[in-house]
Amino acid sequence: MTDPTHIPADPHEETPLAPSAHRPSRWRAVWDGDLAWSFRRSPVALVAALVVLVMVLGAALAPLIAPYTPFDPASLNLFNGITPPFTANEFTGDYFLFGTDDQGRDVLSTILYGLRISLFVGVMAVLFAMLLGITLGLLAGYAGGWTDTVIMRVADVQLTFPSILVALLIFGVARGIVPIEHRADMAIWVLILAIGLSDWVQFARVVRGATLVQKDREYVQAARLIGRSNGAIMFRHILPNVLSPVLVIATISLALAIIAEATLSFLGVGAPPTQPSLGTLIRIGQDFLFSGEWWILFFPAMTLLALALSVNLLGDWLRDALNPRLR
Amino acid sequence: MLSYILRRILQSVIVLLVVGLVAFSMFRFVGDPIEQLLGQERTQADVDRLREALGLNEPFVVQYLGFLGRAIQGDFGISYRQARPVAEILLERAPATLELALVSGIIAVVLGIALGVFTAIRREGFAANAIMTVSLIGVSLPTFLIGVLLIWFFGIGIEIPVPWGDGTISTKLFPTFGRGEVVDLGWWTTGLLTESGRASLVLPAITLGLYQMTLIMRLVRSEMLEVLRQDYIRFARARGLKARVVNFRHALKNTLVPVITIIGLQLGAIIAFAIITETVFQWPGVGLLFINAVQFVDIPVMAAYLMLVSVMFVVINLIVDLLYVTVDPRLRIDGGTA
Amino acid sequence: MTDPVLKITGLTVEIPTRRGVVRPVRDVSWDIRPGEIVGVVGESGAGKSMTGNAVIGLLDRPAHISAGEIDLDGRRIDDLPEREKARIRGRRIAMIFQDPLTSLNPLFTVGQQLVETIRAHLDVSAGEARERAVALLDRVGIPDPGTRVDQYPHQFSGGMRQRVVIALALCAEPEVVVADEPTTALDVSIQAQILDLIRELARERGMGVMLVTHDMGVIAETTDRVNVMYDGEIVESGPTARVLGAPEHPYTQSLVAAVPRPDRKLRRFPQVSYGGRETAFRIEDLARDWPARPAGDGPFLEARGLTKRFLEKGSLIPSRRRWFTAVDDASFAIRPGEVFGLVGESGSGKSTIARMIAGLYPLDEGEVRFEGEVVAGAGATEAARDAYRSQVQMIFQDPFSSLNPRHRVDRIVAEPALHLGVIPKANVTARVGELLDRVGLGAEAGLKYPHEFSGGQRQRISIARALATQPRFLICDEPTSALDVSIQAQILNILKDLQEHLGLTMLFISHDLPVVRQMCDRVGVLKDGRLVEVAETARLFEAPEHPYTRELISLMPKTDLLSNAGLAAE
Repeated sequence: MTDPTHIPADPHEETPLAPSAHRPSRWRAVWDGDLAWSFRRSPVALVAALVVLVMVLGAALAPLIAPYTPFDPASLNLFNGITPPFTANEFTGDYFLFGTDDQGRDVLSTILYGLRISLFVGVMAVLFAMLLGITLGLLAGYAGGWTDTVIMRVADVQLTFPSILVALLIFGVARGIVPIEHRADMAIWVLILAIGLSDWVQFARVVRGATLVQKDREYVQAARLIGRSNGAIMFRHILPNVLSPVLVIATISLALAIIAEATLSFLGVGAPPTQPSLGTLIRIGQDFLFSGEWWILFFPAMTLLALALSVNLLGDWLRDALNPRLR
Repeated sequence: MLSYILRRILQSVIVLLVVGLVAFSMFRFVGDPIEQLLGQERTQADVDRLREALGLNEPFVVQYLGFLGRAIQGDFGISYRQARPVAEILLERAPATLELALVSGIIAVVLGIALGVFTAIRREGFAANAIMTVSLIGVSLPTFLIGVLLIWFFGIGIEIPVPWGDGTISTKLFPTFGRGEVVDLGWWTTGLLTESGRASLVLPAITLGLYQMTLIMRLVRSEMLEVLRQDYIRFARARGLKARVVNFRHALKNTLVPVITIIGLQLGAIIAFAIITETVFQWPGVGLLFINAVQFVDIPVMAAYLMLVSVMFVVINLIVDLLYVTVDPRLRIDGGTA
Repeated sequence: MTDPVLKITGLTVEIPTRRGVVRPVRDVSWDIRPGEIVGVVGESGAGKSMTGNAVIGLLDRPAHISAGEIDLDGRRIDDLPEREKARIRGRRIAMIFQDPLTSLNPLFTVGQQLVETIRAHLDVSAGEARERAVALLDRVGIPDPGTRVDQYPHQFSGGMRQRVVIALALCAEPEVVVADEPTTALDVSIQAQILDLIRELARERGMGVMLVTHDMGVIAETTDRVNVMYDGEIVESGPTARVLGAPEHPYTQSLVAAVPRPDRKLRRFPQVSYGGRETAFRIEDLARDWPARPAGDGPFLEARGLTKRFLEKGSLIPSRRRWFTAVDDASFAIRPGEVFGLVGESGSGKSTIARMIAGLYPLDEGEVRFEGEVVAGAGATEAARDAYRSQVQMIFQDPFSSLNPRHRVDRIVAEPALHLGVIPKANVTARVGELLDRVGLGAEAGLKYPHEFSGGQRQRISIARALATQPRFLICDEPTSALDVSIQAQILNILKDLQEHLGLTMLFISHDLPVVRQMCDRVGVLKDGRLVEVAETARLFEAPEHPYTRELISLMPKTDLLSNAGLAAE
């Protein structure tokens, strides 16, 4: 039995509707909504969104805006090797904003191409995890019984194993299955699969919890009363109501996926050196640290940090904005 | 209560059996062990002999049971890469990982809980907000990057100009490679007893502990804020209990219930993240062994590592369940009606 | 006359929000003398709880006192530093919360919480504090206090927990107790006991009690003086008998009139006509388009031997599973065109029966027949179920959960009619607009989302949804228990109209006996899943047969005090 004394905050709540209520456009409604309002008022969220936007654009337009084509051997000049940042090369006079590595590749250009890989893997992995997690979570929460027990037991067991370990294992197994000559081509997809599979549990747990709450709501009873099918109730009625926590988890998961990808690549089991992601670039740059060429590591590392931090800041803001009680 | 614990133990055994099945399936079906063990130059007779010797002709279930039986006795087969018994390699390397995990685990749990409670109670304060902001950088910094940056700063060192002495001081303070000098106790090797061993532990332990610490801190904070909003906390304050009593007796104990689970999971994560830290610092533990095994598809080592790690996780989880029972009376005593 | 122990003068509370400063409490003044119970009554959002929180100094930020003062024993306390306020809280002013299930810390025994509170205020040893704790538990009526002091909150029932909460409030013998809806979460029988206890304690210890409630019955039975709040202000105050018996302010008058009476049946509820709250309901327009479908002979709906069991404790071994029988062999019949009521306390199985009849819960035993056809139970065919579905609709209890928050109102109202195919697709928009207009919301309400409406308006949307399929049978599951009394009167009048003008047959579920008296033709009384008595409404109230019915009726809040002005008898 629900609490019979629900107390709304607005004392004027029972006033009748204004008869000529003009309906603003949907876009206008979103802009006036509390979420957009809180976004406009949060400088941190604005800056973070800007950083993410710039990086996404930079990655998407890399072939157009990158000053050099770092992975075309014909365009490389070994004399340009190890050029420090913010200075022109002493032999060729070419200028590289963030310097070059030992092969003469422009660090800025490798970062832009690396971002492409990092963002692509991160976004695809999160989408994959979302799809899997939302479906299984809805199913577990709505069906209950054995379906629920089996799905959630699997989730519990997997949760015990940290995702980076699960991803490593999946990666290791996939390497064993894929023939050696295809490993480099498959690497990106194996990464997406490994990170996505290791991350669905978060979504499933949150969606299941929200589904359990929604399932007992009377609007679901009202839909069952008229004989709507379980599929229609799950996807048309319940799903829209469980999405806002999913949004928060997805943002935080994106940061985690980008970090996981970088970690795997850093460990040498991720993106191959022919298609380096930010993690691969940091792995390569690490070797130059001891000889004093810090920029080969520094700029990719800061790019990765700025990206992960911005996404996390957005996630943090989103969680607070959607759940004002927490502030 | 007894049935609760028995059920948990039963579940753990099932988990281990499933993990064993996964490990065995990897062992059996990923790559061809024959191909791995014998080189390019082999005769059909060699292949047949080895198949027979490895029992690969037996039915699947028999092979699985055999695998489990051997695993319980500590026999995980021979490493493809090092051609030595896997168990021997693991035993040799385990102390390094456990020492590292223990030290960073203590750092992460103690500091994580303390900071989490502090930021929850003083959530409007300047210090708490500063800590929260910094912690977001903490969770955005991948473990390996923390390691690399620490190596850069404290291992390679940066010369800072000062107006005294030689004119500069270096931040090169700690070794960044390996375990330093270790003492062999026969069944255990420890770096904690020597100066260089302890110095070598500093950077890896910070690297491994920092990320977990920020995670624990943020989780403790949000759980505690949730508890502080509960009616019984408001009622405790309305009864005139002191803020200290409300925060540290009522709120903290209720916070600990969910936090215990989180910490159990985080301790598991520390063992996994040790893989990264060990790679960065070339720390001779099981994580480094595992990552090499993944790179070279050394399945027996991967399978054995998986089994070892899952036993550790299961034990941690059982301890968590027992703690749960001691903290929460609702699990100990059936609700009565009166 | 003694001096007031607590005196509030010109109290105003402000909350700064995005859309400007809100003042939920404005210029409120009143006082309490020792041993006196002063009620603060009003509907949701009137600012009564906020006043209570201000008194004890527990306003949630950013709310704060912006004007006025609070004096305890002649000394001003609202401007004291937090440290000193904490010293007053619990010791001199105590508080009793609404929900006993969440006000106790689940991880500490009742004794630990009592001892800790006693020792926070009184300089006694641990042993003495424990003795005091046992004595307090004994005083608030907990049997075997010596044993129960060492039990955890989850081992107590709801009513017992509220007694523990009261004991905790009494630890330091406070001069004033603020009780915020102390009985709202409890069943009537327990409600009466708790109110008795509060009254006794106030007299015995000379405590001033501020009793915040929305329930006129509670005010009438318990308080000496009352303050009526509306929209943040006190509109009327005075001795309870005078305010309720001869209300002067129009709001109080309409509020008193809207309280359902247990002692006689009225044709309609007088509506609260203060503050422009009345909204039209165009029953005549609805009735014009309503198809006439005369019912056949015999019972309209028949429930035979309904039984429902829920798994209480699962186990792999079937013999170790524990089952809870929610509904046990319930049989009754509903005649065409009547309103049949089911009444009982929480957990009596009344909502479960509603859901079994609606086809939402499968039956473990028994069957439901609609005009002779089996529509639920073992012999039900899919065809019969489908035919039944287009004849039955339901109004739910909680208007905040019965409408999908992510769907637009027009989609919500159209869904049943569209899914069951009772309206051609082309006519849906027009029909939905018409319905929304007739329930008093206006056609343009269809373009909004449920959260833009108040509780009463949402219940009207629910009614529009139910009417869209033009059903003949309406199941109402506590349709007004989440609403304020003035809104309740509106909604109940609408339901009365539906029955009268459209000839709808209704199953009306409620825990509220006076409401049942006003609404139903016949009533069934449920206790622990069993139907103990079924009778015509007037007979049930005037000559109850079963002892449990007699007990329930004797526990109804007395409304003799209430003015009868504005009530038209049937």
